[in-house]
Amino acid sequence: MAESVKDQVIAIIAEQAVLEVGDVKMDATLEDLGIDSLGLVESIFAIEEAFDISVPFNANDPSASEFDISTVKSIVGAVEGLVAEQKA
Amino acid sequence: MHRVVITGQGTINALGADVAQTLNAFKAGRCGIGALDIRDVDRLAIQIGGQVKKYDPNAEFTRQQIAIYDRFTQFSLLAAREAIGQSGLTFSDQLAAQAGVVLGTAGGGMNTQDENYRAVYEEGKNRVHPFVVPKLMNNAAAAHLSMQYNLKGPSFTVATACASSNHAMGLAFQFVRSGMTKAMVTGGSESMLCFGGVKAWEGLRVMSKDACRPFSANRNGMVQGEGAAIFVFEEYEHAKARGADILAEVIGFAMSSDAADIVMPSKQGAARAISGALTDAGLNPSDVAYINAHGTGTAANDKTECAAVADVFGAHADRLMMSSTKSMHGHVIGGTGAIELLACIMALREGVVAPTINYEEPDPECALDVVPNEARDAKVDVALSNAFAFGGMNAVLALRKPN
Repeated sequence: MAESVKDQVIAIIAEQAVLEVGDVKMDATLEDLGIDSLGLVESIFAIEEAFDISVPFNANDPSASEFDISTVKSIVGAVEGLVAEQKA
Repeated sequence: MHRVVITGQGTINALGADVAQTLNAFKAGRCGIGALDIRDVDRLAIQIGGQVKKYDPNAEFTRQQIAIYDRFTQFSLLAAREAIGQSGLTFSDQLAAQAGVVLGTAGGGMNTQDENYRAVYEEGKNRVHPFVVPKLMNNAAAAHLSMQYNLKGPSFTVATACASSNHAMGLAFQFVRSGMTKAMVTGGSESMLCFGGVKAWEGLRVMSKDACRPFSANRNGMVQGEGAAIFVFEEYEHAKARGADILAEVIGFAMSSDAADIVMPSKQGAARAISGALTDAGLNPSDVAYINAHGTGTAANDKTECAAVADVFGAHADRLMMSSTKSMHGHVIGGTGAIELLACIMALREGVVAPTINYEEPDPECALDVVPNEARDAKVDVALSNAFAFGGMNAVLALRKPN
């Protein structure tokens, strides 16, 4: 059975943070996980490749992007939304 | 130590095919950024740039020359023709033996790489043109300038990303100042507005899709440009003795490394380069009237640069002018410092400071006089030109009005 979007996103973030999947908590911020701006851009690239989606994100002002990166949970939610849109 | 002056300048960029057109655009605050006209542009997320348009290589070069001149080399040769022509110098005998050419470029012959990778990977060809290597190499433009103008002294290319030209011009300055040579040809060139060149920048997610708005609160990234600017740096007594028209004097140069992060700029690293240039030139901070900013239009650069300037200049930071002409010609990467030096020379010679266009909303983190939207008449005796590259490599030049 295919992995859920949530599991795949967590796996991508875990790899970037060099953590075990089990250590990536849903309420953690990227900063909590030690992911810096380059790590964030790389994670978004990995997400785009994994789901074949395009993530609206400009590193000049991450908080203004439609894509909410405030926590792991918000990222999973945003990716689920983009995947659903793509299928629609 | 010898005094160093500039006796020739030349350019081609999105604002014009020569210095006069470029300065007119600076004075008018005209934007050279527009829709990119390149192959496969529909597959790019970023579709704007400061592209050199209305340019026909066939009108400038022979078929044989075009076969071996990448676009960045063509731009260098055209800018050099104007600069060396204006200087009135002919390189022969001892002058030729000592004089060389130091250029900055980040990508070198990127169009050549792009076209030939496409041929072998996408189109499946198994044969490429015999001149691919001499056309794409980073030192090709410097080499062709040395051959065309008989420059037999030290010639090479500097690649420090967005600071390449400033590093190149700084070295040329030091060569003349030290007495090694009476003259150097220097500047920089870049032409990476091709599919691969723009796609690579897209990946970093720091590019604007609509405009370059340095220091404006609503800025959303940088915009690439292309072009070249070339200068003749000459020892002052040599220039004076032959009655040359002196455009400006180069009085100081400093370099620093952030030693911190591959892409995020450092206020301390930038400040050390700026204050180093002041020290090298023997200037007080209050002597500086104008700074041509690095001013890329990214969130990170602009606030860091303003903070560095505030640190170095203290209260005088509020009295000097600092503009980013990238808002008009785009970020010409390895050639950008050379094109921006034209704005410094214009301020010194003509008393006109080029504006930062597309300035819409004040940003409290960039609270300096950025000469918003309109060129300004002002007396400028000393100007600085900042360049801060990825890799944390910084290079700042100081210029003075000729006296």
